[in-house]
This record gives sequence, C-alpha cells and structure tokens, in this order.
Amino acid sequence: MSLAPTPGQTVGPFFGYALPYDGDSALVAPGHPDAVQLHGRVLDGAGDPVPDALIELWQAGPDGDVPSGAGSLRRDGFTFTGWGRASTDDTGHYSFSTLTPGAPFFALTVFARGLLNRLFTRAYLPEHSDDPFLATVDAGRRGTLVAERDEHGFVFDIRIQGEDETVFLTYPRH
Amino acid sequence: MSSDAPAYLRRVTLSTQAEVSDEIAALGKAYAAAGAEEAQPRLDYPPYRSSVLRHPTKDPHQADPEGVELWAPAFGHQDVAALEADLTVQHGGEPVGERMVVTGRVLDGDGRPVRHQLVEIWQANAGGRYIHKRDQHPAAIDPNFTGTGRCLTDGDGVYRFTTIKPGPYPWRNHRNAWRPAHIHFSLFGTEFTQRMVTQMYFPGDPLFALDPIYQSIVDPAARGRLVATYDHDVTQHEWCTGYRWDVVLTGPHRTPLERDTVEQADGGVEQ
Repeated sequence: MSLAPTPGQTVGPFFGYALPYDGDSALVAPGHPDAVQLHGRVLDGAGDPVPDALIELWQAGPDGDVPSGAGSLRRDGFTFTGWGRASTDDTGHYSFSTLTPGAPFFALTVFARGLLNRLFTRAYLPEHSDDPFLATVDAGRRGTLVAERDEHGFVFDIRIQGEDETVFLTYPRH
Repeated sequence: MSSDAPAYLRRVTLSTQAEVSDEIAALGKAYAAAGAEEAQPRLDYPPYRSSVLRHPTKDPHQADPEGVELWAPAFGHQDVAALEADLTVQHGGEPVGERMVVTGRVLDGDGRPVRHQLVEIWQANAGGRYIHKRDQHPAAIDPNFTGTGRCLTDGDGVYRFTTIKPGPYPWRNHRNAWRPAHIHFSLFGTEFTQRMVTQMYFPGDPLFALDPIYQSIVDPAARGRLVATYDHDVTQHEWCTGYRWDVVLTGPHRTPLERDTVEQADGGVEQ
C-alpha cells in the first residue's frame, strides 16, 4: 500500500510561543566538559538575517550510536537524546550546546515564516569533508555542507537563497 | 511605517486581493496544463510575498538517508503531560468559542501507524488572535486560551486534542488578506526524513480560494488533504463538535523494526 502524503505548510510567524521550550537548544548543558557549540546564521536571498526561523538538530552520540532515549522536551540533565531545536534571534543567529557526534554529520531541518515547507540539510564535521556523499555534490557548492571549527565548536551558516545557497536535501519517496 | 520596521512591514504598496487572486489563478492554470503531479507546496510561490527571498533557487540534492536520518527522536510520557492534549483546561475558566475534538491517525506512506510519537499543535483563539507579541490583530485575547497543545500518538497512531475552533485572521500579505481558520501541526515519523510541519483546515472555508499559503499547494487533490472532515461520531452529546483528520508522512526508507512497533507499558488506554 502506498498512500498519498499530506502536504507540508509554512511554520508561519507565530510558532514562537508553541515550539520553543526551556532547554530546547541545550542537548547538554553548556558547562558539560565535552560540550561544543553548533551555531550559525540563517540568511535570506538578500543576505539579510532570518529572525523567525527554527532549526532542529538530530545527531548521533559521541560513540556514533543513534540515541534512543526519550526526554528531549523535559531534559533530565543526564540522558543524551540527540535532538533539540533552536530559534534564531534578531540577527538570524541560532546556537546549540551539544556533543560532537561520532558520525560524519549533524542532521538539520530548517523552518521559517515565508518558507513554505521544511528544508533538510547536513552539517558535516570538517574532518569528514572527504565523505563519499559530499563527492556527489557539485564541487562549487560542497562547502556549504561542511561546518567550520571555531573556538567553542562548529559554525554552520544556512543560506536559504542566493549566492552560496546551502545545499538542501531530498530523499527517495519525498 | 517607520524605516526601522521589519522589511515585511515596510512594503510600500500592498497588492489587492484581486491581483493576488489573478496570480494564484495563473499559477493554477499553468500547473493544470503542465500535467505533472505535485504533492507538496511550491517553495517558490510569489503570491505568498514572504516566500520570495526565502525559497531555495537550486534543486534539492538527492540523498539516500544515512545514520541518524534513518531514525527519529523518541518522545515519552516524561516529555508530555496528558493534560497538554486539552487546550481548554489550561487556565482557570472555559475559553470562548466552539469546543471541539480533533482526532485522527498519523500514518507512514505504507499505511503503518506511527506509534507513540509526538504531535504538537498551535492555533489562534476563537476570535482569530494568537498569544504572540507579533500578532497585532485587534481581536480579543482570551485569558482562558493559550492555543498550544501536545500529545503522543497511541498504539494505533491515533492523536486526539480537545480545543476551540480557531477564527480566521487578517495578515499583511496583501490588502484585506485573511487566512482561513487553521491549526498548525508539527509531526514526527519513525525517521528524520519524515519530519513535517503543516496546517489543518476546516471544510468549506470560503477563504480557501483567496489564500496564497493554502494555494501554494497547486494540486487541488493534494491541498484537499489538509482539510479535516466533520465527524458526528466524534461529536459528543451536549459537549463538543468533532473533526477527523489523518496525516500521511513521506517514506519511510528503513524496514520497520521492533523498536517502532513495541508497545509501551505505560502507553495508556488504546482507542
């Protein structure tokens, strides 16, 4: 059986009182000895910040395993659930406190007012910039999928449109 | 409007509804003539003005899901309190408006129920007002209604919310623009690739034809999948009306394993 999918719609302007929650972007506390920051800016086709975007992060743990524990909405401070969400601020900046995955990439979804359906992308760790998947992406755009290292962790900007537009992904059956 | 207002408020001349309706009609006509079926909204849909600078211009890159993408985050009863599914009991009194139950199933593309997974909703109140600082529509705020809810699907993939029927509300896309009444839904599947946010609408809304967000799904059958059905079997005697709306996610890619189908011991009463 194959059913027709329900279409997506924009997250709109008013998700800010519904989807964010306390601790949403802190997969681990920033003071955790192994905490890293994954952060960046979300920009539109004019290069302006997108202050009403929501980024979701889903990632493997440091051991490379896929987390299976619940508790992302009410974190117990000990379970690494691998999932979180971060709203952009007025400068279009988002930030997660998390652990470095024992896997090549962070998986991300992008939601925003004006964006009619969610976007999927991957933020590869710099040391995985030779990942076989990246070789399938046009060489001139490949770099948009690779995070850069900085003082506290990783920087990954998301350009929804324009020059250096981020490579967004689609999967079979989408 | 002052020059430091956000760009979306600075638009000098708003289009008329007639102009936007003409654009919608032209895009719909071109779609029908092209003959290729589209199941999702257009990301590039100029009648929705905010989409102009917020859609990718390049085709998405085809990827086979890998690693975490083949799994979804898990949510449990420690994440969601049972009362979060009733949006009418979050304050001291009864909210104003038509009390209703919205229920349905979350299914994957193969028709399998998505069990014990998170569903989040948010909506305007009966007067079309959101509890959000950016909503300046001069309709009354209801002190007894916030408009946010969460639940977990049960072992059959069923979600169920008790809420108030939201009102339509004006927005600044064009002059005299009104959104059809809707409830925002946030959904997860058994895989990351199934993640979706959408909007549920109510049958027969006269604003459908005028609304560029609804019409961004250019295929009439596809956008019809966002419209709930009135269901008198869900309606309750002297209590509330009832609507039914099922959600079908894309995929999955992975063969479901026991982890997806295992019944949680504390899964509550099955419906």
